[in-house]
Amino acid sequence: MNKFLTIFAAALAGFVANSATAENVAIVGGNVVTMGDAGVIENGTVLIEGGRIAAVGTNVQVPSGYRVIDASGRMVTPGLVSAMSGLGVTEVSAVAGTRDNGVNQTGRRGGARELVPFDAAFDISYGFNPNATNIPIARIEGVTRAVLVPSSGKNVFGGLSAIVDLSGDMNTPIIRSASMSMNYGESGAGTAGGARGAAMGYIIRALQEADSLVRRGTRSLPDRERDSVVSLIDAQALGPVVEGEVPLLVRVSRASDILQVLSLQDRFDKLRLILFGVQEGWMVADQIAAAGVPVIVNSQDNLPGSFETIGSTLSNAGRLANAGVSVTMVAVGGAGGNERLMPQAAGIAVAHGMNWDDAMASMTINPARAFGIGNRVGSLEFGKDADVVVWDGDPLEVMSAPVNVFIRGQEMPLTSRQTQLRDRYMELSGLTPHAYRK
Amino acid sequence: MLRVSRLAKTSLAFAFGGAAIASLALAPAFAQEGEDGEEQTKDQRPLVEINKDPYPSTYQPLPSDLTAIVGATILDGVGGRIERGTVVMNGGDIVAVGADVDVPAGARVVDGTGKWVTPGIIDVHSHLGVYPSPSVSAHSDGNEATNPNTAEVWAEHSVWPHDPGFHRAAAGGVTSLQILPGSANLFGGRGVTLKNVPSRTMQGMKFPDAPHGLKMACGENPKRVYSSRGPSTLMGNVAGYRSAWINAVDYKDKWDRYREQHVAGKDPNPPKQNLELDTLMGVLEGDIIIHNHCYRADQMAVMIDISKEFGYKVGTFHHAVESYKIADMLAEEGICSAMWADWFGFKMEAYDGIRENLPFVHKAGACAITHSDSAVGIQRLNQETAKSVADARRAGIDIPIEEAWTWIAINAAKSLGIDDVTGSLEPGKDADVVLWNGNPFSVYTSAQQVFVDGAKVFDLEDPTYQPVSDFRLGHPGAGDAK
Repeated sequence: MNKFLTIFAAALAGFVANSATAENVAIVGGNVVTMGDAGVIENGTVLIEGGRIAAVGTNVQVPSGYRVIDASGRMVTPGLVSAMSGLGVTEVSAVAGTRDNGVNQTGRRGGARELVPFDAAFDISYGFNPNATNIPIARIEGVTRAVLVPSSGKNVFGGLSAIVDLSGDMNTPIIRSASMSMNYGESGAGTAGGARGAAMGYIIRALQEADSLVRRGTRSLPDRERDSVVSLIDAQALGPVVEGEVPLLVRVSRASDILQVLSLQDRFDKLRLILFGVQEGWMVADQIAAAGVPVIVNSQDNLPGSFETIGSTLSNAGRLANAGVSVTMVAVGGAGGNERLMPQAAGIAVAHGMNWDDAMASMTINPARAFGIGNRVGSLEFGKDADVVVWDGDPLEVMSAPVNVFIRGQEMPLTSRQTQLRDRYMELSGLTPHAYRK
Repeated sequence: MLRVSRLAKTSLAFAFGGAAIASLALAPAFAQEGEDGEEQTKDQRPLVEINKDPYPSTYQPLPSDLTAIVGATILDGVGGRIERGTVVMNGGDIVAVGADVDVPAGARVVDGTGKWVTPGIIDVHSHLGVYPSPSVSAHSDGNEATNPNTAEVWAEHSVWPHDPGFHRAAAGGVTSLQILPGSANLFGGRGVTLKNVPSRTMQGMKFPDAPHGLKMACGENPKRVYSSRGPSTLMGNVAGYRSAWINAVDYKDKWDRYREQHVAGKDPNPPKQNLELDTLMGVLEGDIIIHNHCYRADQMAVMIDISKEFGYKVGTFHHAVESYKIADMLAEEGICSAMWADWFGFKMEAYDGIRENLPFVHKAGACAITHSDSAVGIQRLNQETAKSVADARRAGIDIPIEEAWTWIAINAAKSLGIDDVTGSLEPGKDADVVLWNGNPFSVYTSAQQVFVDGAKVFDLEDPTYQPVSDFRLGHPGAGDAK
């Protein structure tokens, strides 16, 4: 990731956290799932100060002036990180104007003139709206950070993702260029020559041109047999990808396709990969683990919805984790659902062979590390941002819910437009029209 | 297909043979007793009746043993809960349920200690088989999206029994399900209720004597699909329903008049059979149940008025994302709502979805049902129900698990018109039963054994009872855990 942006974002984060609204809080007596070296601390204390974790452990002295939250009988975890998120960039997916998660190419490459001559250079962060109503809806269920990922489907390269917190703050810092989306498999092939061989040929050529641009200042390759396959602006966007500064987030499902994508790391030795979908990953789990590539899966994908997901199984996530692969859990993608249901997806994975600790990691430290913010969030450790959730039970249980949600040390109200509708329609009788009931 | 009796054929032959005589116009008309005991002249043709069941169920229960599940927590599906109870199944039926039930001699005993037993889950809204896996275009058989009114098509004729999704649903405890056409059309066609058993043919899955459903859809989908030719607005949708019902009333009147005239000894011409109007007439006659995809409360209110205009009942609103806003009206009208726990926001008409929809409808005394409309969601309707109960509790509404279980048991059975034979653990009913390996409201619980008519159709621990679709043979991971 661009180091300047990292520093800038961190400085901004510090500025926000030191504002007058940040409070000092002690969460006391809970089962603290640190996701760090300290493991699970029973009857533990978490101190929040200046928007950061000031201390975690047992026998932690609570300084005076701290608001104390009694978490006895409760579980305390890091805030959940939603990968593959659309929060704030899509509000109503059927309403095109509210959908800002990708470039809508209608012309074929080389065909009709395209108004927007780039794919890879698409930067989702410009479309982020902190006021979107789906942000509080996810936030009250414990989601505190989101990796906003461009949708695939129309292009091989989907563009650059961004990472935000879900505070709804208009000035919240945004981390840009957290990953570059790439679409392989059937849908990727569908947008590039109609066959996987064509798509992979295009991908290799595009990355070579990006590499050439970085090294030699021109994307034209020495063979000069044809024009470039990517526009200059796209080649510029792919440069940090080839250089390993921005991970390539690849949507891929089929076992053989996964191996093809992994082999890109042989061609481009600085290339970093993240894989999404990976329904047949269990068949090549050892290779994925050996490559050190993190994956993003939806545990509920267990149907052969296409010929590239024939081997889908509920045991996929567990098998991958048990083979040493870093697994991030999402509740979107092949099996649909809504992203706030990621704890349910994690629980289902545990019911089918995943360890509870790996399942918790899949929603916290794993996505944080995969997307380059593992030093800031994903675990309850000294100095990290105070994204903390107190749960009334096991977070993976479908009947559990958060009772406190903190983002950067600020407690979030557990309200959303859904809770407002609920409260309004709690009582159906009465002469006052519901429009007056606030 | 028209049924013509043997006696009628003789009469026809006689009529033809006697034509020469009749043509003299002076031949007497002989009065004869017809098959129905009506007055029948030699000139009267036999009564023509539409065959209402031309694709009859050939379902046969699989072989089963006398079985007793002992010592489990039982939810009976009609609001009751029995601790350390016993369920006895024999000959395809439930024969006993209770805390003090004796285990009959010779019964295969299943230890239910620490486990739970419920009726088989019923999903009233599924597209398994008509939009099967793999979802390639050759398998896209759920929407006859060629006309806003395709009441003439029957979803059962699109069902592919080898859809692997059926077996996943069985693993999730689903023993009966309604397969519906999609929601592209105002009238999508007939739905069919199936027993969730493996079969070579669709008829081999059909729930015996279950009524057909009629899928209707209001709102955004039809007016989007048909925007260029109409309807393209909500008002266009409503004019479409009303026009169709007018035709249906006319068709029914024609058939009623035909029958009256025939009974009176005349020889009327029967109306020409019309598949589309057969379905609509079936609703007017009370044989076919309406299942209406409808999200918004205001649109549901309009659909209720249309039903009153034409004298039929709306059976169940599906998706019904805003049922919580009119739960009192739905209770009064006796209309069921089949809902999700928490899907929302993907279309404008889903924008106001809340997590307390199911419990609010239930609290108002209306019929609440958890449905899936998803080959993934159907695998865990128990968990979906659990989520709603938890959200209700946090809103101050306490619904015990045994009461909420009605949403995927007796309420769903009522919605499909099969509540006389299934949907609860009561003696005499079909032994459609699930043994869970823990509290079914926990994310960690799975269905351990699933029974349809007393026969085990799924066993989590025994591959003998883990069906593998023809489609999956030869594929990687074919016999693997799913």
